[in-house]
Amino acid sequence: MPFLNGITVLLIYQLLGEVLVRSFNLPIPGPVVGMSFLFITLVVYKRVPLALEAASTALLSHLSLLFIPAGVGLMLYFDALTQEWLPILVTLIASTLISMAVIALTMQGLMRLFKPKTEPAESNDANE
Amino acid sequence: MQTNEFLAIWVYLSTSPLLGLTATLLAYVLAYRVYLGCHASPLANPVALAVLALISLLLLTNTAYKDYFDGAQFVHFLLGPATVALAIPLYKQLATIQRVLLPLLIALVVGVLVGAVTAIYISKALGASTSTMFSLAPKSVTSPVAMSIAEHIGGLPSLTAALVVSTGIIGAVFGPSLLSWLKIEDPRVMGVALGVTAHGVGTSRAFQISAQMGAFAGLSMALSALANALMLPWIVRWLPL
Repeated sequence: MPFLNGITVLLIYQLLGEVLVRSFNLPIPGPVVGMSFLFITLVVYKRVPLALEAASTALLSHLSLLFIPAGVGLMLYFDALTQEWLPILVTLIASTLISMAVIALTMQGLMRLFKPKTEPAESNDANE
Repeated sequence: MQTNEFLAIWVYLSTSPLLGLTATLLAYVLAYRVYLGCHASPLANPVALAVLALISLLLLTNTAYKDYFDGAQFVHFLLGPATVALAIPLYKQLATIQRVLLPLLIALVVGVLVGAVTAIYISKALGASTSTMFSLAPKSVTSPVAMSIAEHIGGLPSLTAALVVSTGIIGAVFGPSLLSWLKIEDPRVMGVALGVTAHGVGTSRAFQISAQMGAFAGLSMALSALANALMLPWIVRWLPL
């Protein structure tokens, strides 16, 4: 029963998000708005109900399964993909890895820069 | 069994959602076993393996993607509630996130800019068509947002959806090795890097490593969807092409 209650709450928030996105023509997807509202609710409520805990653990522990149907959709673009496979492949790999490196190095650098003196050194300072 | 009987059963099954749904779960369960059998090597990414297996199966049995999706949509649908569910790990990590919020936000904006600019210029330099170029620009954004952005800036939404999943797989497969090569071991930083560049697939990879990394990835994925939706139309307008 906790799982069922939890998934019902998740669906209600998603529905709320979809309704808001459609009525105000927002450029963000409904589930993201639903997530924001649920987050605010939890901050106000100050704890995570057991039902929500159960449903979110079940959904998030195998999140990757949920991307498979969309991934199989790749087969519809064989033509476009084979025609321009080289620029597409190189761009996907290079751009993804470059931005990943830039984000990680920027964030790590800024964290060291902003680190308050009182905070215990919990993160790695491996390259000293 | 007679060929005719078999054919009749196949005709029934191939039009019912049962087959697509079962095949999706079976492919994932098997791919996950292979992944565990390879000592959880990121190269044996379960999404990539399952997608490859299912595409081969559909091509071999001459099944249309639409028929497959009639069944698989039940799995696909759960992406919505799963996105909402990201609020829970997010809430639990609230204190940790607040402590690094400013570095996180700056890195996110820089990352969105670098991702779009490199995608556009690299593909342009390699001779991609304009529509492919603009379909590649939102490649790091979670699918529904990426598709609407692509439409807005002149890409092909459905091609974008395919590129988004590929980007996620590339990020999830090579990301953790790249980050450890760069000597980045902080789970918060790794989570943000995976979430911004590899959206949901990166986030599920992050959850496999630790709950904290997953929470940071989920947050970054959501913020990056927002930042991309707001920034990309302007980036495309102002970039000299």
